[in-house]
Amino acid sequence: MSLFCVGISHHTANVETRERYALQRSEEALRAESGCAEALILATCNRVEVYVSAISPVTTEQITRCLARGATGTLEDASPFYRHEGEECVRHLFRVVAGLDSMVIGETEILGQVKKAYAQARESGSAGPLLHRLFQRAFRVAKQVRSRTDITRGAVSVGSVAVELAVKIFGDLRERRVLVLGAGETSERTVRALSSRGVTDIRVSNRSFERAESLAALVRGRAVSFLEWTKQCEEIDILISSTSASEPLLTREILSPLVRDRSDRPLFVIDIAVPRDVAPEVNDMEGVYLYDIDSLQSIAAQALALRREQIAAGERIIAEHLSDFRAWFGRGCDAVASSSGVVSGALEEATLRASQL
Amino acid sequence: MDRPLLIASTLCYFTAVVRTLLAMRARVALHGRFNFFAIGAGFLFQTAFLSIRGHALGRCPITNLFEVFVFLAWSIALIYLVVGPAYRLSLMGAFTAPLVFALQAFALLAPIDVAHQTRLPANPWLEFHASMSMIAYGAFALACVAGVMYLVQERQLKTHQLHSIFYHLPPLTNLFAAITRLLWLGFALYTAGLVSGFFTGGPLPRVKMICAFGVWLFYGAILQGRHLHRLAPKRIATLCVLAFSAAVSVLWAINFVSQNRPM
Repeated sequence: MSLFCVGISHHTANVETRERYALQRSEEALRAESGCAEALILATCNRVEVYVSAISPVTTEQITRCLARGATGTLEDASPFYRHEGEECVRHLFRVVAGLDSMVIGETEILGQVKKAYAQARESGSAGPLLHRLFQRAFRVAKQVRSRTDITRGAVSVGSVAVELAVKIFGDLRERRVLVLGAGETSERTVRALSSRGVTDIRVSNRSFERAESLAALVRGRAVSFLEWTKQCEEIDILISSTSASEPLLTREILSPLVRDRSDRPLFVIDIAVPRDVAPEVNDMEGVYLYDIDSLQSIAAQALALRREQIAAGERIIAEHLSDFRAWFGRGCDAVASSSGVVSGALEEATLRASQL
Repeated sequence: MDRPLLIASTLCYFTAVVRTLLAMRARVALHGRFNFFAIGAGFLFQTAFLSIRGHALGRCPITNLFEVFVFLAWSIALIYLVVGPAYRLSLMGAFTAPLVFALQAFALLAPIDVAHQTRLPANPWLEFHASMSMIAYGAFALACVAGVMYLVQERQLKTHQLHSIFYHLPPLTNLFAAITRLLWLGFALYTAGLVSGFFTGGPLPRVKMICAFGVWLFYGAILQGRHLHRLAPKRIATLCVLAFSAAVSVLWAINFVSQNRPM
C-alpha cells in the first residue's frame, strides 16, 4: 500500500501554469484512469495537488496525464510537478494545512480549502479510510500549530495592519468614530476593513463634496464639508487621511487645541497619502498615534518575519504528529500485508483500532 | 513546620515564571491558562501556610517582616485571581508571577522570620487594619503590573516597533480601565485599613501615620487627576509604578521602625 501526492504550487510553477490545471478533473475519473484506490484533489489559486493511496504502482506521469485531460490548452512537460512519497507526503500535507507552505505564511484560508476538498472527496467516495485518517490528523495539526505558535499573528496587509492597530488601541471598535479625509481607493479599502470590525460612525470629507458623498454612500457613512474636517478631530477616534495635498494638512499646531480636552481618549491617525498629509511631529503628542504608509508596510513586513520565525515551532508540532501517524500507518500496512488483499477493510480496522487508543 | 507549604507555593510561582520565560525565548504563544492555574495552586499553598501560621499564632499572621511579605504576596495573588479573568487580562499572570515569586523567594531566603518572644494578644481591629492594608497593597501591586503592561504596549505603538508580546497584550483602553478600577479598589481598601487603625486602642506611632497618610495622599492624588481628566493615561500608568515602589518602601520602613512591635 503506498501513499503519495503529486502536485504543482506557487513554489514550482507560475500562475499561468497553475491556472491551466485549476479546472480540475473529478476524483472518480482520476481513480478510474490511474487505478489508484483513493484520491483527493486539492485545487486552490496557489496549488493543485492530488493525494493518492494505491496498491499497485502509479507513476507521476499517469497522474499528470489525468490532470492534463482536464487542463485547457496543450499538455506541457511534467517538470513543475513534484511528488512526495509516504512520510514525505504526510509531512507535506501537514505543512500545507498548517499554512507553512503558503505564499503568505500562516494564512488560514488554506485550512478551509482543504476541508472543502476533503468533504467533496468523502462525498464522492474517493477518500477512503487511509485518506480519512490522514486528513483528520492534518486538521488536528493545523489547529495545534495555530493555537500553540504565533504563526497566524500579525496582519500582513496595510488595511489589516490598520485594523489590528486600532483594535490594540481601542479594543472594541463598535463605538468608535472615524473620519476619512480624501476619497481615494486606499482609504475606501481601509475604512471597509474597519467597518468589517463593527465601526458604524463613519464621516467622509473631501475637497469635492460629491466625491465625499459617493464614498459615504458606499461605506454607509455621512459626508462632511471639507471646511469642517479639523473641527471633527475633537470628536473622532480614528482619522484616515489620503488626500493629494502637497503640504501637510494636519500639524501639531493645528491639532493641539483640538485634542486638549480629549483627556484619556486616544487618537489614531492613519496617513496613507504620499506626500504625507500629517506632519510627523504629531506622533510626539500625548495620546496620538500616527502611522504613515511606510510604518504600516514595515509592520506588515515585521509580522511576516515573525511568522517566518514561527516555522520552526510549527515543524516541531508536525514532527510529533508525523511520528504518531508513522506508527499507525505501519500497523495499517502490516494488517494489509497479512490479510488476503482486502485493503480498505484492513485499513478500516486499523483506523478503528487507532481511534479506540 | 509550615515552611514546606510556602516552598511548594514558591515553586508554583517559579513554574509560571519559567514557563513564561521559555515561551518568550522560543517566541511561541503565551497561554494565560497555564499561569492562571500555576498561580491558583501557589495561592492554595499560601493560604494553607497562612492558615497554619495563623492558628499557631492565634491571630492574623502579620507579626514580622517575613509574614508581611508572604501576606502581601498572597494578597497580590488573590487580587489577580479575582481581577485577571474578569477583565480578560490573562497575560497579567505572566507579569504577576515574577513579582509574587520575588517577594516569596526573598521572604524565604532572608533571615527575617523572627518569632516574638511572647505570644502577642489578639486585637481584631489591629488585625483588620493590617490585613485590609495588605490586600490594598495587593490591588496597588496589580495596578502597577497593569501600568507596566500599559507602558510596554504604549511604547510599542508609539515607536512602531511591534514585538511578539504586542500581539498578546490587551488593548490600551482595556488596560487603562483595569488600572483605574484597581486603583479605586486599592484606595477603598487602604482607606478602610487606615481608618480602622484609629480603633486599635494602642498609641499611634507618628512615623507610621505620616508614611501611611503619605501613601494614601499619593494614590488619592492619582485618582483625583484621573477623575478630573488632568492626567493622561500614560502618566497615570507611570505614577502607578512609582506609587507602588514608594508604597513598598514605606511598608518596609514602617516594619523597620516597629521591629519590636507587631503591625
